[in-house]
Amino acid sequence: MGIYEISFWVLTIMALSCALGVILSRNPVNSVLFLIATFFAISGHYILLNAQFLAIVNIIVYAGAIMVLFLFVIMLMNLNADTEPQKNRLVQIAGAISGGTLLLVILAALRTSTIESLDQQATDIGLIKNLGKTLFTQFVLPFEISSVLFLSAMIGAVVIGKKEKEHTA
Amino acid sequence: MPVQYYLFLSLALFCIGMMGAMMRRNAIIVFMCIELMLNAVNLLMVAFSKMYNDAAAQIFVFFIMVVAAAEVAVGLAIIVMMYRKVHSVDINILNRLKH
Repeated sequence: MGIYEISFWVLTIMALSCALGVILSRNPVNSVLFLIATFFAISGHYILLNAQFLAIVNIIVYAGAIMVLFLFVIMLMNLNADTEPQKNRLVQIAGAISGGTLLLVILAALRTSTIESLDQQATDIGLIKNLGKTLFTQFVLPFEISSVLFLSAMIGAVVIGKKEKEHTA
Repeated sequence: MPVQYYLFLSLALFCIGMMGAMMRRNAIIVFMCIELMLNAVNLLMVAFSKMYNDAAAQIFVFFIMVVAAAEVAVGLAIIVMMYRKVHSVDINILNRLKH
């Protein structure tokens, strides 16, 4: 078992246990922190898969920006006490069973599938030079459209979050 | 490392996210579980991108991250607005769109 396998299993166990922590912890702030740990584990997997650019973007965008936004909203609403009312037992058990059933069904369907192994030779498609060339030649139109999407999302967030005046119907 | 391992790992992460979305009542936690499901799909796409030696899948992961960021901005604004109206983020109360 080389260093590659050991780090794969460590990152896998970290990702799965932190993902379970997200849905099982009572306090929303703990959930956010567990989700950040999950994203770091997934970034480690990206590095193992030789996708360095996506690993860095995952840390900066997800763990850095999106999760801080979640944390701000939770602290703004004073939700960091564990006063969340629970769904009743029946709904919780039904949710767990249906999720587990989906896992089992797809697992059973894919268990005997034969996909060739990942080749170990170092590929450089995940490096920023290569991805940048692909992004700005082949995918330049979706890239520009995504900037319009960002602008509209920003304006939408401001419009939705604006305080309404009292008497406007 | 066989690509099946990545398949099973991302499948497990996706199902954990789905279970959380069905089990919790806090709207913010449900939202975070959706982010978890998106990340599971991203991980699988990166694994397949390495398997087929194709950069297009990684560009798709990049666009998924872009769309997720926009989605989080609008969704959190909606949740904050709901909290201002009904002083709760419980999705059992939020089942009516009209106040």
